[in-house]
This record gives sequence, C-alpha cells and structure tokens, in this order.
Amino acid sequence: MSLSLAVFYLLSAVCLAGAIGVVVSRNVVYAALLLLVTLMGVAGLYLLLLAEFLALVQVLIYGGAITIVILFVIMLTRVHEFRAMRDNPQWPLALVTALGVFALLAIALVNGAPDETVRRGVSFSRLGDSLFAQWAVPFEVASLVLLVALIGAIVIAREREEGEEE
Amino acid sequence: MTLLHFQLLGAALFSIGVYGVLARRSAVLILLALELMLNAVNVNLIAYAAYGTPADSTGQIIAIFVITVAAAEVGLAMAIILRLFRDRGSVDLDEVDLMKG
Repeated sequence: MSLSLAVFYLLSAVCLAGAIGVVVSRNVVYAALLLLVTLMGVAGLYLLLLAEFLALVQVLIYGGAITIVILFVIMLTRVHEFRAMRDNPQWPLALVTALGVFALLAIALVNGAPDETVRRGVSFSRLGDSLFAQWAVPFEVASLVLLVALIGAIVIAREREEGEEE
Repeated sequence: MTLLHFQLLGAALFSIGVYGVLARRSAVLILLALELMLNAVNVNLIAYAAYGTPADSTGQIIAIFVITVAAAEVGLAMAIILRLFRDRGSVDLDEVDLMKG
C-alpha cells in the first residue's frame, strides 16, 4: 500500500468518524466541534488532491469563520434546551433513506468510474488567472451575494425597537 | 488511490448529511448536517478536477463558489435561527408549523 493511499484512508476515517459524530451527538457543542474535525479532514483530502488553495480556503473560511459563527449562535440560544432535544421519531426511516442514497450512489459510481490514477494540480497563478479572467462576472456576482446575505442577516437578526412597525 | 476512492468518500459524507437533515429536530444541527453535504459535493468537484484530463481549474473554481454560497447561507440561516429563538424561545423545527395546511 502506497503512502498516499494510507494517508487517504487515515483522513477518510477522520472525516467519516467526525461526520457520524455530528449527526448522532446529543450535545450540540460537541456536534459543532466534530464538524470542525470533519472539515479539517476534508482540507487534508484537498491537499492529497493537489488543491492547495482550496485547502487553505477550507481552513480559513470553514475552520475560522463558519464554525465560529455556529458556536456563537449556539451560545446565544439556550444550550441546555438542545441537550433535552431528542431526534425525530422518524429517524429509522431517515437511516434507511441515507443508506439507500449511499447504495444508489455507490452502485452508479462503481459501474461508471473512469479508472484514473494520475492526479494533476493547478498552480496558484493559473487558478487566479482563470478566476479573474474567465470567471470574472460570476466572481463579482458572488461578492454581491455575500453583501446581500450580510445585509439580510443584519435586518433579520437585529432587535426591533419598541413600537416599530414589523 | 483512484478517483473512485474519493467519489465513494463523497457519497458516504453526503449520505451521512442526508441522515442528519432528516433525523434531527434542532435547526442548528440540521444546518451542521447541511454543511456536511456541501463538503461532500466539494470533495467530488475537486476530485474530478484533479483526475480530469487535461488539468483544468474549472472544478476548483466552482468549489470556491460553493464555499462562498455556503458562507452566505450560514450567515443568513444563523440570523433566522436567532430570530426564531427570540420570537418562540425554541429552535425545534417541529414547532415551526405556522404554514401547515
């Protein structure tokens, strides 16, 4: 077994264990921290796939920003309520559905996968070139989406003044 | 290590996310499961980008956009959850049935 394959199995085990922890953990803070474990495992997989920039973005945005926002909201809402909150009574059905989705995807992938073994990375400069040339308009639209989402979040979350119209 | 390894890992992560979205009741936990699904998609995109011929940056660019939309989504969803908590004192989605027929 080659070294990269061993690293892949290690990272996959981390990712899957973290992901399963996220969906079964009773404690919502543990769930958020286990999500962080999964996200960092995914960043490692990006490195394995020679996508260094994406690995950096994953650590910065998911590890640095999104997890913090989630933890903030957990702190701002009542934590002790989460602990008493059971899963849906429909969880066996959800398990069957999830296993069905996985079986369907696995069958399709195993039958249709091209047998590629060579990985190719894209250099930072090429990535930047195509992001700001070929994908310039979608890039600007993405920034607009972020701005609108930010303003919308502030409008939705802010406290309303006394007597202010809804 | 082939493309299939990464695809199967992505499928497994996605399925775990599907289970989380369907089985959980707390809005925050459903959002966490949603993040898992988005990451599964990104793993797939980047795996295809790395194994494709010739080397192309399109897969990675689209993954960047997915991450951008995910960030916007988390920000908005958290605002909605906060609002929900202030108005109802709970983030249990089973209790949000105002539009139930």
